[in-house]
Amino acid sequence: MRDFEYTAPGTLREAVKLLAEKGDRARVMAGGTDLIVQMRVNRIQPDRVVDIKNIPEMNELTFTPRTGLRIGAAVSCRRIYEDADIVQRYPAIVDSAAIIGGIQIQGRASFGGNVCNSSPSADSIPTLIAYGATCEIAGPDGKRRVPVEEFCTGPGANVLSPGELLVSLRIPLNRKGSGAHYLRFIPRNEMDIAVVGVGAYVELGGRGKVFKMARISLAAVAPIPVFASEASAQLSGQPVNDDTIAQAAEAAKSAARPISDMRGTAEFRTHLVGVLVKRALNGAVKRARGEKVANAIEEA
Amino acid sequence: MSSSHGEIRNFGGGDFKVVGTRPIRHDGTDKVTGRAVYGGDTRLPGLLYGQILRSPHAHARIRSIDTSKAAALPGVKSVVTAADLPPTGRDEMVDLGEGPARLKFMRDNILATDKALYRGHAVAGVAATSLHIAEEALSLIEVDYEVLPPVVTVLEAMKEDAPLLHEDLTTMELGEDSGTKSNTASHMQHSLGDAERGMADAHLTAVFEVHTASVHQGYIEPQNATAEWSPDGRLTIWTSTQGAFTAQRQLGAILGLPVARVKVVPQEIGGGFGGKIPVYLEPVAALLSRRTGRPVKLVMTRADVFEGTGPTPGSYIRVKMGVDSSGKLVAADAYIAFESGGYPGSPVFAAAMCVFACYDIPNCLVNFYDVVVNKPRSFAYRAPGSTHVAFAVEKVMDELAANLGVDALELRIQNAAAEGTRRSDGIVYPRIGCKECLEVARDHDHFKAPLGGPNRGRGVAIGYWFNIGFKSSVTASVNNDGSVNLVEGSTDIGGTRTSIAMQFAETLGLAAEDINPSVGDTSSIGYTDVTGGSRVTYATGWAAYEAAQDVKAQMLKRVAMVWEVEEDEVEYADGKFRHKTDASKSLNFKELAGKMGDTGGPVVGNGSVDPAAGVGGSFCVNIVDLEVDPETGKVDILRYTVIQDAGKAIHPSYVEGQMQGGSVQGIGWGLNEEYFYTDEGRMANSSFLDYRIPTTLDLPMIDTVIVEVPNPGHPFGVRGVGEASIAPPPAAISCAIKNAVGVQLCVLPMRPDRILAALDDARAQEPVAAG
Amino acid sequence: MRERTLHDMSKIHVQCVINGEETDFLCEARESLLEVLRENLGFTGTKEGCNDGNCGACSVTLDGVLVDSCLVLAVEVQGKEISTVEGLATVDGLHPLQQKFLEHAGLQCGICTPGFLVASKALLDVNPNPSEHHVRHWLAGNLCRCTGYDKIVRAVLDAAGTAN
Repeated sequence: MRDFEYTAPGTLREAVKLLAEKGDRARVMAGGTDLIVQMRVNRIQPDRVVDIKNIPEMNELTFTPRTGLRIGAAVSCRRIYEDADIVQRYPAIVDSAAIIGGIQIQGRASFGGNVCNSSPSADSIPTLIAYGATCEIAGPDGKRRVPVEEFCTGPGANVLSPGELLVSLRIPLNRKGSGAHYLRFIPRNEMDIAVVGVGAYVELGGRGKVFKMARISLAAVAPIPVFASEASAQLSGQPVNDDTIAQAAEAAKSAARPISDMRGTAEFRTHLVGVLVKRALNGAVKRARGEKVANAIEEA
Repeated sequence: MSSSHGEIRNFGGGDFKVVGTRPIRHDGTDKVTGRAVYGGDTRLPGLLYGQILRSPHAHARIRSIDTSKAAALPGVKSVVTAADLPPTGRDEMVDLGEGPARLKFMRDNILATDKALYRGHAVAGVAATSLHIAEEALSLIEVDYEVLPPVVTVLEAMKEDAPLLHEDLTTMELGEDSGTKSNTASHMQHSLGDAERGMADAHLTAVFEVHTASVHQGYIEPQNATAEWSPDGRLTIWTSTQGAFTAQRQLGAILGLPVARVKVVPQEIGGGFGGKIPVYLEPVAALLSRRTGRPVKLVMTRADVFEGTGPTPGSYIRVKMGVDSSGKLVAADAYIAFESGGYPGSPVFAAAMCVFACYDIPNCLVNFYDVVVNKPRSFAYRAPGSTHVAFAVEKVMDELAANLGVDALELRIQNAAAEGTRRSDGIVYPRIGCKECLEVARDHDHFKAPLGGPNRGRGVAIGYWFNIGFKSSVTASVNNDGSVNLVEGSTDIGGTRTSIAMQFAETLGLAAEDINPSVGDTSSIGYTDVTGGSRVTYATGWAAYEAAQDVKAQMLKRVAMVWEVEEDEVEYADGKFRHKTDASKSLNFKELAGKMGDTGGPVVGNGSVDPAAGVGGSFCVNIVDLEVDPETGKVDILRYTVIQDAGKAIHPSYVEGQMQGGSVQGIGWGLNEEYFYTDEGRMANSSFLDYRIPTTLDLPMIDTVIVEVPNPGHPFGVRGVGEASIAPPPAAISCAIKNAVGVQLCVLPMRPDRILAALDDARAQEPVAAG
Repeated sequence: MRERTLHDMSKIHVQCVINGEETDFLCEARESLLEVLRENLGFTGTKEGCNDGNCGACSVTLDGVLVDSCLVLAVEVQGKEISTVEGLATVDGLHPLQQKFLEHAGLQCGICTPGFLVASKALLDVNPNPSEHHVRHWLAGNLCRCTGYDKIVRAVLDAAGTAN
C-alpha cells in the first residue's frame, strides 16, 4: 500500500476543509472495510485519508416519531441492527445491515460507507431506495440533499464533488400499513457479494388487501442500483395477490440490464430478479400486515 | 450439546489401552493460546521482508527484466531473478525420490527464465526493510513481455493447432517418445483383460462425460519461507512445509547445493492438503539472503496463493461401464485428461489408479493424458485425481442401477472390490473394507430415514485412496522419570504427533501423557518423507512402534542387569518388567527408568521404516440429503454422513476430523469452488470473497462412522485416512440433485445457475400435455 | 522488531491497551493493526489468512467489538482496548472455550483457531446461550479448511453450556 496522510477531524467543518484541500486526492474513511481493501490493491491511492468516526453527526443514530430515522454516515451495520427502533420500525434495514459481510465486517462497515462506495451490488442501497431515503451531504458550498436513487452515477461513482461528503441518511417515518423487505441471492449463505439484490417497500390499504403504493429497487443488475419505477407504479391500486405480484416481478425484469460476470450470467440474473422481486414483495406485504418475517439473525 | 464422538464399527483387531482413546493433543495448549510458531510467525534479528513479482500474462516470452529502478528504491536491499540461479542444461534431470524430473522445469517454476507460462508465474523477488517497501519495489521492476496466445482448457490444449507452451515438449506415447511436439506431455494406459470385448458382450452399458474446473486446496495459511544464508555457506530455512526433507532435497537441486549444507526447520503449518509439498518461496528467500547477508522472510498474499501455487487440475473425463444381466460389472473404459498447468506432471496417474478401484471388474481399459495449459503448475490436492474420477464413475453406476431397476447401493455392494480383486492397474487387494463401508451405509439410520418434501433428494457415492508408505524415522529417549522424548520427522498438520506418541505409548504400556513428542528438523532426525499420502499415522506410527520395540529390548537388558539374571529369564507385559519364574522380581517402566544411570546410561531407541508392502487403501462412502430451490438453483445440504475405513482409529477424534474436513472440501468442490478464468487466462476470483469455500452457515453437522477393517500390514491395523473422504462428495451431491429435481449435472462445480439451466432444459423437453 | 530507518521520523505514535496492558508503538499510516500486532509487538497469535476481510483469521476485539484486524489501521486504535487470543487464558488456566476446543478436537492445523476463539468469545459475551444456528451464523466470517466446522460448533456450544 502507498503511504498516506491520516487525519481524524473532530468536526464536520474541519473534515470538509481537509477534503476540499486535496480534492480527488483525498478519501473519506468510516469503517474502512471497502477503502482499505481497495487501497491495498492500489485501486485507490489517496494522498490523504479523512477518518470521520470522531465527528458527532457521523455517529448519530436517532429516531423521532416526527422526523423518522437518521443514520449518521459512520454508524456501523452492527449498531444499526442492534437498535430497537430500527428492528421494530425498519426491518428491511436490518435485512441489509445483517448481511453485509460477516460479524467482523459488520462491526466496522457503515451504511453510509456502503452507499458512498457506490457498488452496483451494494446491499444497503435498494433498501434505502425502497424506503425513499435521502442522502444529506455537506461540502465547501454548504449542505444539500439527494434522494438515494439519484446518488450513484456509475460503478463506484456518485454525485459527491471534491470536498463533499455524506453526513447522514434520512429515512422517512414509517407509515401505518407499510412494510419492507430486502433479499439477495448468493451462492453460499453468507459472506458473498449479491448476485442480485431486491428491496421492496409497500403501503397497503383496504385492510391489507390493496397496494396503495410500492417501491421496488434492484442491485447488481445494472451499472447503478435501480429504482424499478414502472414495476412499482403498476402496483398502485392493485389487489394484493399472487398474480399482481407476479406481474410486478415480470415488469421489474425489464428494469434490469445485467452483465455476465463471474458472479452470474445476465440470463441468470434476469431470472433471479423475477424470483426475488416476488419474494421481497411477499415479505414486505407480510410485514405491512403486521406479520413477522425473520431476518438473517433470527431463526426462521 | 451432544458429544463430538462419532460412531465406530469394528470388524476385528485388538483391544488397546491407549490406541482408540481421545487424549488432549500434546501441542494443544500452544495452538489455542497463540503460542505455537507457524512459518509466518518466524522472527529473527535483522530480518528483511520479501515479495515476489508475478507475470500478469498467462503466456508470454520474457525478453528482458530491468531491476535497476527497484534496486535503487531506499530500503530495498536486493532484487533477484532466474539469472541468480545456477544455469540449467536443457535436458538436465534430477531425481528427488519420485523418478527423474527435468531440472529446468523445477527451476523455472520458482523464477521464470525464457517464458511466463501462467498468470502468477514468479519472475523476480525483492527484499527490503519493510514489506510495504518491497511491494512498492515490485512496481518498479520493468519486464519486457512478448504476450502470446494462451490456451486454458485441456481439450483446447490437446488440439493440433493449439499454441505450444514448450517448444521441446514431445508426447511420451505409452512410454515411448513419439517425437510429436504437443501440449500433451504423456499418454499412458492401463489395460486389464479385454475391455472392448467385455463391453460388446455387456447386457447394459452407461456412459458419462464430465468436466471439472481447477480447484485450490484452500489452506488458510499462505505459503511462507524465512531463509538465512550464513557466512560459512550454510543455508537454514524456516518454513511451513509438509516435508522438511523433501524441501531440503528440492532446495539442494534448485540452488545447486549439497543437502548437507541445507537445514530445513519445519515450523507449525496451517494446512497443506498436498499444496505445501513443493517449494515456492524458499529458494527465492535463500537467494535474497545470500545477496544481502541477512535473514529474509517471504509470505504469499492470498492472490499469490491462488495464482502462484499448485491447484488441482481441471479435467475432462469420459467413463463407460457395462454389466451383465445379473448386474455384475463386466467391463469398464475410462478416458482421463488432466490439465497439469504450465509444466507436465499432473496427478493423472493417481486418477488412473483410483478410477475403478471400488469395483471388481475383470476387463478395464484406462487411457490417461497429462496436458500442459497456461495455468499454475498443478499439484496434489488430497487424494489427487480421485474426486475427479469418482464424479464420473458414480454417475455411471447410478445410471446402470436405474436401468437395471435395482437399488444403487445394492449394485455397488454386489460389485464391491474385495480381498483378491485385481485393480485396473494390476494391484491385487489384500484385506480391504470396501464392502463393509457400503454395508454400514446401507444399514445406517440416515439411509433408512424417510426424506419427505418437494425438491429433496438423497445421494450415495463411494470413493477411494490407495495411501502410501514411504520412509519415516523416530528417535525415543527415555527420561529418568519414565517419560519419553519422541522426536519424529513428520510435520504435524492435524494432530499426528499425538497419534504417533499414542502408538509408542501403547507398545510400551505407557500413557499418552508420558510421551513428549516433537517434530525434528533435517539436522535432528532421520530422513522422513512427506506428511501427505495419508502416510503419517501409518508409517511414522510404525516407526514409533519399532522405536518402542527397540527401547523395550534395551530395557529388558537393563532389568536383567539389575536383577543379575540372564536376558531370557525376563519379560515385559502389562507395563511391568517381570522375572518369568520369580514373582517377587517386578519393576514398572518408570521404576526401571530411574535405574538407567546405574546400568549403562541413557536408553535411546530408534525406529526407521520404509514399508514396501502392507499399505492398506481406504474406502469412503457418503450419504447426503439436500434440497434444491427450483427457482434459484441453490442447494441446501440437510444431512451428511461419512463412512470410512480407517483400519484402526488411533485417535478417533482426529480420524473423525479428517473425515469431516475432507467431506466439506468435497462439498465446496461440488457446489461452488472453481478457478474462474477469463479468455486471456486470468483468474478472476483470486480471493476468498469469490473463491467460495464453505462457511459454518453452509453446512449441517457432519456425522461420521469409522469403520475398522484392520490393515494386516500394520502393527495396529492402521490405514491412512486423511484423503479418501474428499473423493465421493461431488458424486454423492450430484446423485442427490438428480434424485431431488431430476437433472444430471456433469460439470463441476454444480453452481446454482447450472442447476437452473438444467431444470430449464428439462422443462423445455417435457412432452406437451394431451388435450 | 523491524529495522528502524530515517523513515521512522514520519511515524505516528499510538497508545492503546492490549489484553489489559497499556502499550504504545510507532507505525506508518498504511500499516494495519494486524501488521503492528504481529511484526512490531510480537503478538503472532493473530494470523493473516487473506488480508481482505474474508477469512477471520485476524479477528480481535476492539473496544469489545469483534473486528478483522487486517481492516483496521493501526493509527485508528489510539486510546482503544484490544483483545487478542493471547489474552484469553489467565494464570489460573485456559478459558473454557480453549479447553473445549481441545476436548472436542475443534482444531487440526490450528491456524484458524485463534480467530475462532476470539470470535466465539465475542459471541458468548453477547449471548451466553446461543443455539446451533446462532453459532453458525456468528462464525460464518471465520473460515476453516481442516475441520468442516462440526467439532468447532460443538466445542462452542459445550463451552456455553459449561459457562452456565
